[in-house]
Amino acid sequence: MKLDSVPIRLERCAKTFPGAARPVLKPLDLDIAAGETVVLLGPSGCGKTTTLRLIAGLERPDAGGRVFFGAEDVSARPIEERQVGMVFQNYALFPHMNVRQNVAYGLSIRRLPPQQIARRVDELLALTRLDALAERQIAQLSGGQRQRVALARALAPQPRVLLLDEPLTALDAQLRESLRTEMNTLLRNLGVTTVYVTHDQAEAMALGDKIVVMSAGAIEQIGTPRDIYHQPANAVVASFIGTMNQLEGVWRDGALHCAGGRLIAAPGAQPRSRLWFRPEDVILTPSGGELHGVVESATFLGGHTRLSLSGVGAAPILVDAPGRTRYATGERIGFSLAAEVWHTPLPDTETTTC
Amino acid sequence: MKLLKTLQFSVTLALCAFLILPVLMSIAAGVSDNYAQGITHGLTLRWVAAVWTQYRQAVALSVLVAIACCAITLLVGVPAGYVLARSRHRAARLAEGLLMLPVAVPGLASALGLLVIYGSFGAFRNSLWFIVTGHIVFTLPFMVRSVAAVCASVDLRTLEEGAASLGAGLWQRGISVVLPVIRPGIVAGALTVVTLSLGEFNLTWMLHTPLTQTLPVGLADAYASMRIEIGSAYTLIFFLILIPLLILMQACGVNTPMAGHRNAR
Repeated sequence: MKLDSVPIRLERCAKTFPGAARPVLKPLDLDIAAGETVVLLGPSGCGKTTTLRLIAGLERPDAGGRVFFGAEDVSARPIEERQVGMVFQNYALFPHMNVRQNVAYGLSIRRLPPQQIARRVDELLALTRLDALAERQIAQLSGGQRQRVALARALAPQPRVLLLDEPLTALDAQLRESLRTEMNTLLRNLGVTTVYVTHDQAEAMALGDKIVVMSAGAIEQIGTPRDIYHQPANAVVASFIGTMNQLEGVWRDGALHCAGGRLIAAPGAQPRSRLWFRPEDVILTPSGGELHGVVESATFLGGHTRLSLSGVGAAPILVDAPGRTRYATGERIGFSLAAEVWHTPLPDTETTTC
Repeated sequence: MKLLKTLQFSVTLALCAFLILPVLMSIAAGVSDNYAQGITHGLTLRWVAAVWTQYRQAVALSVLVAIACCAITLLVGVPAGYVLARSRHRAARLAEGLLMLPVAVPGLASALGLLVIYGSFGAFRNSLWFIVTGHIVFTLPFMVRSVAAVCASVDLRTLEEGAASLGAGLWQRGISVVLPVIRPGIVAGALTVVTLSLGEFNLTWMLHTPLTQTLPVGLADAYASMRIEIGSAYTLIFFLILIPLLILMQACGVNTPMAGHRNAR
């Protein structure tokens, strides 16, 4: 099954709710290519759901804002005329209908011939592995099954755009992970333009062709998951996505000097007095090492041990130590950093918070 | 433990007897030849027949009033309950509070109010519609509350958004999603309205004219001016009308798939 999809463009879309002093969304421009999966990522209240609802047609942008589906200006169209598929956080399944009737709803509304509806519904039930549950009532379904019904229902009328509002948030962690993988495969196969809202960065990384990081009603950065992770545009993005260490020191003679020791710059590195790096950029060196820190805490997480090292810079350095080695509090350990950290562009150091 | 159970059972039994016995006595009186001489003296349907001939009109009027009242409260109360539940405006909360006022105010007072306002509109005042109006004032809050309660218990807003995202326009959403989902509230509301309307006495007694006598007003009349057997036979007819209605509507309300699913999300 392949869907015809359209690109989406938002132009100067702001949103102020009646009676509110400040807009929940500052004027925003966003381009989404046809067939692309874009994840809107940010903490709650950052405007990501409002952005999704603007695309859906459930909210209208403030004066001046426009929404395009391809060349068509849909700004004035209500949701029922936009031909979108939407999955809500609580799924919004119709409690008085069974699974089959829910999935068929969008097709019945369009008054398609019954045989055609039946065929299409069967196709979707098979796609979402719900065949056996077709006659079940919604109340008899588990959370994961409901999520699949919601997805099948949204896809049945062949939407031009698929909109998902935190579709996995209501599920427990293990189920979330397996459904995430499943959904990823499904979205790739369908090739439908998808906008996915989440506050879960792992979900965003796994699903997004592109991630739009938002905070306080504005876009902080747009990029591929790798861009966002390795080259965060600013401190907000850096701190929201994964864990980011900051090491400050003094640049002298081609090396960074700090309380933990002297770190020699990688060849071709620009002089700098501050480094940003991820826990996995740290290379533990049992014998010696350029930098040293004292284990402040060690948390065993199964696959790795998360260490917090003090005495290196101003703030503790977080390190992921692999393997079966045990670490004791107060232990002094040596490490160096991967050469790439010297080439990571510096996010602007201003700390703005949401 | 066993003692407690026995005690519980006896209390329940006593309570049932307390509630049911007068009803049974009344029914017995309605079918006995001469109540003063006891039910053993002989059974007869004479009184029932007499009541039917004399008060047929009142029975018909009451049913008519109840139907009209139910129809109008449905037309007005269902949209009102829906809007009240969906609105987040402060005025909506205020309206909800005000709505219970006619229930709290004694029926006699409501009736006086209606008489003061409409008493001079002769044709309206003397028609059956005047009674219907009184009943609507009294029963509408029950319909609105019943519908609003169901509307508030399901996330109707998101359900409607879901339907809209699938291409359903305003009317299609209303008919295919909103109405079926809130049906238990509508049925419960209608049940309450019809029951209250059929049994309403205070307000109706003030508003009625000799030509617009309803079932309960006729009952008071029968008890006040005729032999006890006639009044009791009247009660019997009252029950015969009310009980099947109650059972029927209860069955409609309970058999909806919504009953157990309201909280499942």
